[in-house]
Amino acid sequence: MNNELRELYQDIILDHGRHPRNFGELAGATHHAHGHNPLCGDTVTVFLIMGSDGRVQRVTFMGHGCAISMASASMMTEVAVGKTEAEVEAIFGEFQNRAKGDLTHAAPKGFEDEIERLDALTGVSAYPSRVKCAVLPWHAMRSALADGAEVTSDGGKE
Amino acid sequence: MPDSLNPSAKSEGQSRKSDFPIFANNPRDLPLIYLDSGASTQKPQAVIDATSHFYAHDYANIHRGVYRLSQVATHAYEIGRETVARFIHSPSPDSIVFTRGATESFNLLADCLGRSGLIKAGDRIVLTEVEHHANIIPWQMLRDRLGLQLAVVPLMDSGALDLDEFERLLQPPTRLVSFTHISNVTGLVNPVARMVAAAAARGVMTVIDGCQAVAHRPVNVEQLGCDFYIFSGHKLYGPTGTGVLYGRGDLLGKLPPYQTGGDMITTVTFAETRFQPPPQRFEAGTPNIAGVVGLTAAIGYVESLGFDWIVAHEKQLLELGLKRLQTIDRVKIIPVSGDRSGAISFTLEGIHPHDIATVLDDHSNVAVRAGHHCAQPLMQRLGLAATIRASLGVYNDRDCIEALAMGLEQVNRIFK
Ligand SMILES: Cc1ncc(COP(=O)(O)O)c(C=O)c1O
Repeated sequence: MNNELRELYQDIILDHGRHPRNFGELAGATHHAHGHNPLCGDTVTVFLIMGSDGRVQRVTFMGHGCAISMASASMMTEVAVGKTEAEVEAIFGEFQNRAKGDLTHAAPKGFEDEIERLDALTGVSAYPSRVKCAVLPWHAMRSALADGAEVTSDGGKE
Repeated sequence: MPDSLNPSAKSEGQSRKSDFPIFANNPRDLPLIYLDSGASTQKPQAVIDATSHFYAHDYANIHRGVYRLSQVATHAYEIGRETVARFIHSPSPDSIVFTRGATESFNLLADCLGRSGLIKAGDRIVLTEVEHHANIIPWQMLRDRLGLQLAVVPLMDSGALDLDEFERLLQPPTRLVSFTHISNVTGLVNPVARMVAAAAARGVMTVIDGCQAVAHRPVNVEQLGCDFYIFSGHKLYGPTGTGVLYGRGDLLGKLPPYQTGGDMITTVTFAETRFQPPPQRFEAGTPNIAGVVGLTAAIGYVESLGFDWIVAHEKQLLELGLKRLQTIDRVKIIPVSGDRSGAISFTLEGIHPHDIATVLDDHSNVAVRAGHHCAQPLMQRLGLAATIRASLGVYNDRDCIEALAMGLEQVNRIFK
């Protein structure tokens, strides 16, 4: 197997893909949104509870898709807990940079650990057609935090 | 041109790979294994040469100039029409309308039928559960515009259409049935002759989607007796941007124009316009002239191989493929009952088709289609979001099947 493929399907990705964390509907969710990749039919719905302190208390997701999109959703539900909307945006922004192969930016201050964990997913940068799989759950999360509109894997509204 | 007279080159198990420059031009560390002919076929040198020769020697606009070049180009274009007519046994070249592709053929047909008065509010159109979106959405739009009903012939668990239900649905108020000759997802070959005969007996118009048939089987529209037959040139080893709508002469004559503009009129004043008879009536503006020249060469290429060889070659590879895939863990083949052509759709239990396709491409240089194949209603029927489809062309050989199988074994190792 070549290195890029090994990078893409690291054990941690396969593990999250096979045993997604925080999978299921979230009772008492204050926000939710649906994301959809029209190209491959992958879907993900993100549920979250926003605390009165403006920080995400809990995130879950439901849906079906490839190992990359499921692993990305699963890891996101762990990383996003305790963050404000602005912090989620900052982490997503840098994660997206790296997923697209742009390694020129430092991790946002204070979130080096989060970015390092998400780096496991950036093997997609060698596979342009798969970047969308990795960012789809994040687009759904951002939409849940914003207005709950249905989004596509480009981040566009449907 | 292929050396079709050289028997050894066409012998059992041999492919026509050397006719297609794409394979020599894509030397990664592994040979390119192209198993996505259902999406589009690669182009033989003969087609590439015919197109560039035409541009280099004979090109001008058609049906317009009195000068020699324009007449040469017009002749080449009309030879294309005659070639297509002969290829699908159309009684007349005037029954052959050139379009940009099957999608445009369907849109043209639905739109023109809708304005012809041949289909009216309350009438019913019958489709099947295995159709490509191109044979669904134009009819859906027409339904909404005219107030029609749509009914769908179900796919049975065995992998064939429910023909009893098909016959029941031919009762009034059904005016038209449109169904695929061969499924682009499963490779199911429908008993089109029987279906057309049943529809014709009840005076129901018939449309056949031949996209997945014309490169794999001889087609005889006159014998079939269908009213319309549609296909794309690019799945027949021809250029993109070429398509065909065959229509029975008397029916085409009853249809109004589709797009309007140059080339499709006899006289124009600001008060009114008189339109050409078919097929020119449906070919407004400058068409894909070089594309039709390439399509002519593509048909010549296919004819030089001959369907006896093509059918036997693909049958052998399909049988081998089905057998070999069954030896691989987790493989589930989408069933087809009866005749199968050109394609095998399958899943690996617990592994998403996109992950499979990425590994196949990266590890084995195998190109397959992963997804819903523009047939979402069929996917819903199968209870799947997506499948992997391996589809065949004349350049495939036994090595392609083995490369696919070994690639899948690698997928299983990664996702153990
Ligand atoms: C069965 C079938 N019908 C229609 C189409 C549409 O053809 P095109 O995209 O060339 O217009 C295709 C090809 O994707 C097909 O396989």
